[in-house]
Amino acid sequence: METRIQRHTLSVLVDNEPGVLARVIGLFSGRGYNIESLTVAETDRTAHTSRITLVTSGTPQVIDQIQAQLGRLIPVHRVIDITMETPGIEREMALVKVAGTSEMRSEALRHAQSFGAELIDTSDTSYIFEVADAPGKIDAFIDLMLPLGFVEVSRTGVAAITRGAEAM
Amino acid sequence: MTDTITETTEMTGSEIVIRALKDQGVNHIFGYPGGAVLPIYDTLFQDNELMHVLMRHEQGATHAAEGYARSTGKPGVVLVTSGPGATNAVTGLTDALMDSIPLVVITGQVATHLIGNDAFQECDTVGITRPCTKHNWLVRDVNDLARILHEAFYIATTGRPGPVVVDIPKDIQFKKVIYHPPGHIRHRTYRPKTEPDRGPIVEAVKMMAAAKRPVFYTGGGIINSGPEASRLLRELVELTGFPITSTLMGLGAYPASGPAWLGPLGMHGTYEANLTTNRCDLLICLGARFDDRVTGRVDAFSPSSKKIHLDIDPSQINKNIRIDLPIIGDAARALRGIINEWKETGAASDPEALASWWDQIAEWRAKKSLNFKNSDTVIKPQYAIDRLYELTKDRETYITTEVGQHQMWAMQRFKFEEPNHWMTSGGLGTMGYGLPAALGVQMAHPNALVVDIAGEASVQMTMQEMSSAVQFDLPIKIFILNNKYMGMVRQWQQLLHGGRYSHSYSEALPDFVKMADAFGAVGIRATTPDELDAKIMEMIDVKRPVLFDCLVDPYENCYPMIPSGAAHDQMILSDSEDEPEVTEAGKMLV
Repeated sequence: METRIQRHTLSVLVDNEPGVLARVIGLFSGRGYNIESLTVAETDRTAHTSRITLVTSGTPQVIDQIQAQLGRLIPVHRVIDITMETPGIEREMALVKVAGTSEMRSEALRHAQSFGAELIDTSDTSYIFEVADAPGKIDAFIDLMLPLGFVEVSRTGVAAITRGAEAM
Repeated sequence: MTDTITETTEMTGSEIVIRALKDQGVNHIFGYPGGAVLPIYDTLFQDNELMHVLMRHEQGATHAAEGYARSTGKPGVVLVTSGPGATNAVTGLTDALMDSIPLVVITGQVATHLIGNDAFQECDTVGITRPCTKHNWLVRDVNDLARILHEAFYIATTGRPGPVVVDIPKDIQFKKVIYHPPGHIRHRTYRPKTEPDRGPIVEAVKMMAAAKRPVFYTGGGIINSGPEASRLLRELVELTGFPITSTLMGLGAYPASGPAWLGPLGMHGTYEANLTTNRCDLLICLGARFDDRVTGRVDAFSPSSKKIHLDIDPSQINKNIRIDLPIIGDAARALRGIINEWKETGAASDPEALASWWDQIAEWRAKKSLNFKNSDTVIKPQYAIDRLYELTKDRETYITTEVGQHQMWAMQRFKFEEPNHWMTSGGLGTMGYGLPAALGVQMAHPNALVVDIAGEASVQMTMQEMSSAVQFDLPIKIFILNNKYMGMVRQWQQLLHGGRYSHSYSEALPDFVKMADAFGAVGIRATTPDELDAKIMEMIDVKRPVLFDCLVDPYENCYPMIPSGAAHDQMILSDSEDEPEVTEAGKMLV
């Protein structure tokens, strides 16, 4: 059996009813699966459905189990593995706070511009950048800011979607 | 339906509850009243159709409903109050979830405006029961009540059955609204797959016809599918000539007297069942889930076989064991598909290969792994079960058990010929299950003989339900194999923990005969083998609840046994063998 741990992004379409998120999270904690990131919002107000995007990791067998167990929850419409679809698109937004003066400050600003990060707040000693990109790119941006006065980051978690004309 | 309801008839929430239960074909409810369900109990008081069985503890109510469900194929219904009423039901809910038993549990809740205020007898029932139900609901609007109740029955009984909870706040029980009778349910999201695809059926038949050393391994899914699945299973076994073993939960699907029967498999299964499973080249799993008590060490489980797995729940495929061919669907439908395909294609087993496979199995059978050394002076627990079987086999007998050695001996020795006659706590292993379960079975089958094969430790966990048995004139027989120890705990302490019997001795036991008397039941005690038959006959003949105190050898161990972390071909057959070598990793496996 394949034992390599892989990272997968799952999209879960659920009925937007009370407790549905608790069911999904409870399943993960109860069965010992990882949640690396979790994003949830109502996506169709008339149909009362929400889309949960989950980043998790495990062996292929565990990823299959996670999908099957999610499929068992009553309010779940559908589960798809975005990582397996050829290839899905993932985006995440981060707000990155950087503090400093003189050269470091201008260095940070220069890097942010080259990354396409937007400067959304500024004070005498700090910047806040907004960066929306693939999660790996956000990691890279944070790494870049670390020596330049990085203070903290707030990330939204991943939103993901398949390519092509079809809905999930 | 008893009286006609027009589209405009308004009913209170509690009237809707009672009405919906009746419309769902419910005859019996197991319950316990309390503040948050008083309106429902008031409606019940004015109703003369539903039979309410007052239990003595909410856990007892859930197990009684489980026994009722498993022996009838109908859902078990429970009615309890908020807070402690709901939390006491959690063990039974978890038990039913593990063993796929359909239960509809209605809990009272504090009034909606009090929810979240730490009100008296408030608890987050849907939060607490979320991981131990198939689904649950908090009814926030009385307009949803009827729909949710009908949906609850639908979800509990279809697909892989399981327990559901409907939590109803007290104010909702008073509110008036128009009732909607059950109709065709097309749930927004829940679509159990019952009809198997044809592709895997065709493939399964090819694999079966090509097999040299096949075996059927069946489980509770056959029982849950209904009597037709058992009938079809028997037909398929006869058609193919393959041997068959079963899990604890699947006993009775194939008759123990059938020629292809190997006995149960797993930790305390027979030598022939486990060796057959270990050496087979095709394992056909029908409605079982490769539980750790069945597989032992997973990397050594049936190492040289292809595996077919039929289950109605897709999440069971590849969960513990790698499957070569999954079939998703209802057991009866899949079995019918396989039988038809087998006949239509003129498939046949390989007669020579099968004959030499059966020769090999005969050698394993010759080990007679269930043999034990009997005694003239003390009652051996195995002997007690053998006698109980012999003296009850010609009657309509239902057996429930508690959990431990007595349960395993019952599994090994009591011969079940039909499905739905064996009620035991398999997945959760709930001590205290058997007595209330027997009560539920007896309620559904008033003229049958219902025996709880019990241990003296387990039975004390739900002993209070004797009072309900007396109240409702339910002549259940509690057959206690009293060895003065939590026998299975003691056995493991002997085998794994150097004979340090930490807290497994049943100190200060009550006198069960006097206790029966105090309950208004009948107490019988057997102390020697020569009086056992007469006492068992006395128990059978009494048309009242009986506590039977059968004093057995305190030091008998349950064999055969696959030690923790070992493979199926590393069974120990008796005490006389060397102590098993259990690795440190094995000890951690429980």
